[in-house]
Amino acid sequence: MSQPGLPTLDASLCGWGRYPVIQGTVQRPEKASSFAKLIENDPGETLLAQGSARSYGDAAINSKGYTILTERMNRMLSFDEQTGRLRAEAGVTMQEVLETFVPRGWFPAVTPGTKYITLGGAVAFDVHGKNHHQDGAFSRHLHSLKILLASGDIVDCSAQHNPDLFWATVGGMGLTGIIQEVEFSLRRIETAYINSISIKAQNLYEAVSLFDKYESQYQYSVAWIDCLASGKHLGRSLMSFGNHASLEQLSPGRRVKPLQITHKKRVKIPFDFPAQLLNRYTMGCFNQAYFARQRAQEVQSVVDYDTFFYPLDFLQAWNRLYGKRGFVQYQCVFPLETSQSALVQMLQLCSQAGRGSFLAVLKRLGPQEGWLSFPMEGYTLALDMPVQPGLWKFLDRLDRLTIEFGGRVYLAKDARLGSDAFRAMYRDYPKWLAVKSRVDPDNRFTSNLAQRLQIEPVHERVGV
Amino acid sequence: MKEHAVLVVGATSSIVRAIAVQMAQQGASLHLAARDAQEVERIAQDLSIRYQVPVSWSLVEACEYELHADLVQKAQTSMGHLDGVVIGLGELGDQQQAQVDFTHAQRIIHSNYTGVASILTHAANHLEQQGRGFIIAISSVAGDRGRQSNYVYGSAKGALSLFLQGLRNRLAKSGVHVLTVKPGFVNTKMTFGKPGLFLVADPEDVATAVLKAWRQQKNIVYTPWFWWGIMTIIRSIPEGIFKKMNL
Ligand SMILES: Cc1cc2nc3c(=O)[nH]c(=O)nc-3n(C[C@H](O)[C@H](O)[C@H](O)COP(=O)(O)OP(=O)(O)OC[C@H]3O[C@@H](n4cnc5c(N)ncnc54)[C@H](O)[C@@H]3O)c2cc1C
Ligand SMILES: NC(=O)c1ccc[n+]([C@@H]2O[C@H](COP(=O)([O-])OP(=O)(O)OC[C@H]3O[C@@H](n4cnc5c(N)ncnc54)[C@H](OP(=O)(O)O)[C@@H]3O)[C@@H](O)[C@H]2O)c1
Repeated sequence: MSQPGLPTLDASLCGWGRYPVIQGTVQRPEKASSFAKLIENDPGETLLAQGSARSYGDAAINSKGYTILTERMNRMLSFDEQTGRLRAEAGVTMQEVLETFVPRGWFPAVTPGTKYITLGGAVAFDVHGKNHHQDGAFSRHLHSLKILLASGDIVDCSAQHNPDLFWATVGGMGLTGIIQEVEFSLRRIETAYINSISIKAQNLYEAVSLFDKYESQYQYSVAWIDCLASGKHLGRSLMSFGNHASLEQLSPGRRVKPLQITHKKRVKIPFDFPAQLLNRYTMGCFNQAYFARQRAQEVQSVVDYDTFFYPLDFLQAWNRLYGKRGFVQYQCVFPLETSQSALVQMLQLCSQAGRGSFLAVLKRLGPQEGWLSFPMEGYTLALDMPVQPGLWKFLDRLDRLTIEFGGRVYLAKDARLGSDAFRAMYRDYPKWLAVKSRVDPDNRFTSNLAQRLQIEPVHERVGV
Repeated sequence: MKEHAVLVVGATSSIVRAIAVQMAQQGASLHLAARDAQEVERIAQDLSIRYQVPVSWSLVEACEYELHADLVQKAQTSMGHLDGVVIGLGELGDQQQAQVDFTHAQRIIHSNYTGVASILTHAANHLEQQGRGFIIAISSVAGDRGRQSNYVYGSAKGALSLFLQGLRNRLAKSGVHVLTVKPGFVNTKMTFGKPGLFLVADPEDVATAVLKAWRQQKNIVYTPWFWWGIMTIIRSIPEGIFKKMNL
């Protein structure tokens, strides 16, 4: 017998890029007992978990059924002081992990460029950080998951136990079930600071050779690239490398409380900026100024982890800078062999079309983990672009180039990729789909992204 | 707050949990009580991991009056002593149903009023004897005036507010502080999805206001503060006019 379900609320839903915006219905379990009944309460309805909605497009929204807000499922359940292993509900955010554990000398082994994401979101997109080339993605530090399946059962899985379910849920975009608990490892740190260097690269070749040079020396690396620069400056970058600072590397003042940092006050973007503000000219000026800011070729500094990992988090609601119509991020990765030529062509296309972005990000990635995990050994480029006339056509062109060079697009940032392009980019999709079809044959878990990419279970025909 | 030992009743409420969080953050030991064993245990684990303070728990059901003395005793035993109580039991219920089905009305009255009064009777006696301590109890703005849309719940909260007022009057002589909390709309599982909400506050902000009022030894706190103004206006409408309104 089904019980009356959780109360529902109709709401406008969107991701960080505020495109697309849909009308949906949300539920918000606050307790393990109501979480456990999500399936049986509403037989026949489709569901999708939403974390902090920090994915850009339509991955965390569902206009065909319920979108389940996991924000109140945020209890930490066990922590091993010896190994740094934390088991917590999926709605716990990276920020909560940092606030709790940095003062005790632990740091997340992998963190993306914002701390306002949930553990569920970290698993469902198998997120990567500036250390992917050394430490892999989130899944490399993940021990086990507890998942609510379409059957209504809550099951445990890990790389040893139920490995198919585990690897289909890592990077699985919420389409295998709703993750209730995540068990993963933190790493030991001596201080809350990063010993970093910032180096100017005059063009793409210099940037790539600097990545090669410093790859093994620095745990963290990233480049901010000016994609409006052209000619001999094509790919001009400001590169940043870093390692966790040791106690000796801190100034005597900071050594007193090496694991405490003072949190800067956040600045809030109060309204939607007019979209015309972001044009080739203003972005060009901004990028010019950004690169001119650093005079010296190389600057060494010790900065707190907030400044190093989460520079954008200081600007609250910065997505409003892109105006009412929203924006997308085009993040793609190319295999090592084709990276250089692919990047040159892509930057040329951007620079010609004047469709740069404020700051594009270039990063070296290591090998792929899950079937639908984004990373592959090579280089990734991420460009923010406001939704404007002609954008979709331009991005279709970038897709063709990405496929031609054997690369793929990051679905966490995507809102418009076609289903054929998706299949050409994610070669292990059939393996993932086999598990999806087994654990969710009736497609109870779906999102607007899944509908757009025509991701749905296939039913094997019995007999001939 | 350090060395404070607090019994927290209704810990599975997000308002009460947020208050417990802020007390634990300041170093208090806690004994949590709620009727959902699985959940109260999870919340106890969470608080002890995050804030590294001793947290124990036990079960409580509002209308099992005969077990309430035991609850206060257990809290005291597990923490060594008892300095104060935070209590936020309550249930909104369904006004329409309560009008036709008195067992439902009774449940609302038990969980919001008689159950709370029973637990506080035991706690108050303990604190009075000890000659110090505090009681923080969550009532509601709904208890300030009876309205057709929720007067069963409102009457239970109104009764609780009066109970607390009397208790404050009695315990003031023995140095026990009684704080009545009157929230407006708060974003919790009690209100989620309900129509007609406005000026909805977050549980964390309510908790901050409660702790501030507690430190300042306030008697009654409306939270957010502007509900004091709203309720002053609502209370001042003459009954002759009020009874014709649809509130
Ligand atoms: C400023 C910024 C910087 C970023 N930098 C990086 C970066 O460096 N590296 C990187 O990899 N990503 C990065 N991202 C993307 C972000 O890390 C991912 O989109 C992440 O998944 C967001 O987590 P979330 O909690 O907001 O999840 P949401 O956006 O709410 O959801 C993302 C997906 O996870 C699923 N999901 C969420 N919770 C659960 C659950 N409990 N069970 C099952 N499925 C669930 C959703 O269904 C959805 O498919 C960045 C995003 C922003 C805004
Ligand atoms: N939310 C608002 O807008 C609002 C406004 C004014 C006042 N309040 C008051 O604030 C307090 C906390 O409410 P909330 O909003 O956080 O909602 P809530 O989560 O529903 O909290 C109510 C708490 O009381 C418990 N409870 C209810 N009936 C019980 C019973 N018979 N026996 C034992 N425990 C019982 C609940 O346990 P379970 O978790 O097991 O259900 C829960 O812990 C309540 O007193 C409420 O009346 C709320």
